[in-house]
Amino acid sequence: MSLGYIVRRLLGAIPLLFGISLILFTIVHLAPGGPLDVYVDNPSVSKEALDQIAKAYGLDQPVPVQYVLWLKSMLVGDWGYSIRTGRPVLSEIVLRLGPTMELGGLALLLSLLIAIPLGIISASRRGSKLDGTLTLVSFAGISTPVFWLALLLQLLFSVHLGWLPSAGYKSIGDGSFPDRLAHIVMPAAVLSLATIASWSRFIRSGMVDVLNQDYIRTAYAKGRGERGVVFFHALRNALIPAVTVIAVDFGTVISGAVITETVFAWPGIGRLFMESMDGRDYPMLMGLMMMGSVGIIVANIVADLTYAALDPRIRYG
Amino acid sequence: MVDSTIEAIATTPPQSYGRRALKRFLKRPMAVLGLAFLVLLALIVIFGPLISPYSFDGQDFSLIGSPGPMTAEHWLGTDELGRDALTRLIYGGRVSLAVGLAGAIISTLVGTVVGAFAGFYRGWTDTLLMRFTDVMLSIPTLPLVLLLSGLFRPGPVLLVAIVGTLIWMGTARLVRSQFMALREREFVEAARALGAGGFRLMFRHILPTAIGPITVAATLAVGSAIMLESALSFLGFGIQPPVPTWGNLLNSASSWLSVAPWLAIPPGLCILFTVLSVNFLGDGLRDALEPKE
Repeated sequence: MSLGYIVRRLLGAIPLLFGISLILFTIVHLAPGGPLDVYVDNPSVSKEALDQIAKAYGLDQPVPVQYVLWLKSMLVGDWGYSIRTGRPVLSEIVLRLGPTMELGGLALLLSLLIAIPLGIISASRRGSKLDGTLTLVSFAGISTPVFWLALLLQLLFSVHLGWLPSAGYKSIGDGSFPDRLAHIVMPAAVLSLATIASWSRFIRSGMVDVLNQDYIRTAYAKGRGERGVVFFHALRNALIPAVTVIAVDFGTVISGAVITETVFAWPGIGRLFMESMDGRDYPMLMGLMMMGSVGIIVANIVADLTYAALDPRIRYG
Repeated sequence: MVDSTIEAIATTPPQSYGRRALKRFLKRPMAVLGLAFLVLLALIVIFGPLISPYSFDGQDFSLIGSPGPMTAEHWLGTDELGRDALTRLIYGGRVSLAVGLAGAIISTLVGTVVGAFAGFYRGWTDTLLMRFTDVMLSIPTLPLVLLLSGLFRPGPVLLVAIVGTLIWMGTARLVRSQFMALREREFVEAARALGAGGFRLMFRHILPTAIGPITVAATLAVGSAIMLESALSFLGFGIQPPVPTWGNLLNSASSWLSVAPWLAIPPGLCILFTVLSVNFLGDGLRDALEPKE
């Protein structure tokens, strides 16, 4: 994989980001009431004050000019101020990024640790009862609404058994490792369910394809045991197609995080998004949407690069 | 031996594509079960509200205040406003299914048109349409739907349109690849030689050949649309009460979770089994319509 390929992939993301920013900007400005909607409904804000705010935000300029101004300031890291808190959007987001990274990181770890073995077992026992059961379970996992699963877990583990706190990041006055662990278990489980279900399917099908290859038969013929064949010969190649799927799923994970963090009152950026929705905090919403889109684009680039690194047959000029 | 084989081939009536597909479909028990469940559900949500002695927003004022338990009169209990939970569940199913179907139709239409033009005309049309598809794929879907419904506060019709116009990208990519492969085939060349224009080639000749994968994608889109709408309604930004949907029923049930868990379980089960059936059906259709031979 050449440096040129990496650079080209990164450059390719620029028009994408441009398109995304244009769409988001258009949506917010087409909305009835525009970005100042929240003030328009407020009787204590006079018409004059409204005009003044509009002027301060550059909203009295023609829309294309506003777009260019907005894009310019986005590029230099000035993402505006939150209408709700009055603090800079970017620093507010950075503040809430930690809990989301913790939750997302744990969910990712859980997903990989569970999905890969499940996929391998399913593929190597292809057509067995176990494979059939796992297929059924993963279909159910993909079809389960995240928010409902969250409610069920709260019902079981918090209301009935009282084992886990129903929501929050940590207990007041506590924050020790066991306390924080107790808080993160349910959200992480909920967030990883759908990915475990779908990834294990893709790892299974990747594995099945690979296990039918001639070189696998050769490995068996040379006297390699099943374990050796599966782990040393097949796994790496079986994971290659799965890498792409994992990246494509990144958007689903973002949607899942918004729901999970809301139900479990987890103070990350997903919940920040919902709080900003309730407060119609458009600068914040725009910032978060851009952030999410950048995340998806980066995930896709990383997937392509990993794909190229794992598969020496692939050479992008 | 050889003669008898030839005879057997000659006397076996040729089976149509549809008949063979049906045969393959019937060999998939989960897909058949899924279809049966969906048909049953459709009958229930169509006729249920007509049979029920309650209306979806009718209140029993003696039961207002907190959710009521499951009784002989109210099989699934009542909500905090004294409304019959089963009636609301069935009526909510009507809304959720309608949103799912309509959303899937819109998404399939948009995806097919975008994919057809991109795959058929190639060149800059393809580049432009696919870059646009990439852009749409890069914006996280649920937050975008939330933003749109928060800004425009759509009624049910606009909401369906929003849901449909945000989940077409997969279909577009699929249709594009089908069209790119099919446009090189002889039957297309023959039709072109006979003087067929672009639209006729695309929609009379190529599209019917690609209908299998499109049907599968459309089926799976029903599941995505139902899931997206219920997530949206659960978060309070979808279809607004008093009109029930499975999503907003769960939203209101979540505030009474510890007091009245019986309100939170049925709507989720309905979503789960509906989406599961749709996914099984889609999977079965894939095997039936796109045999890997």
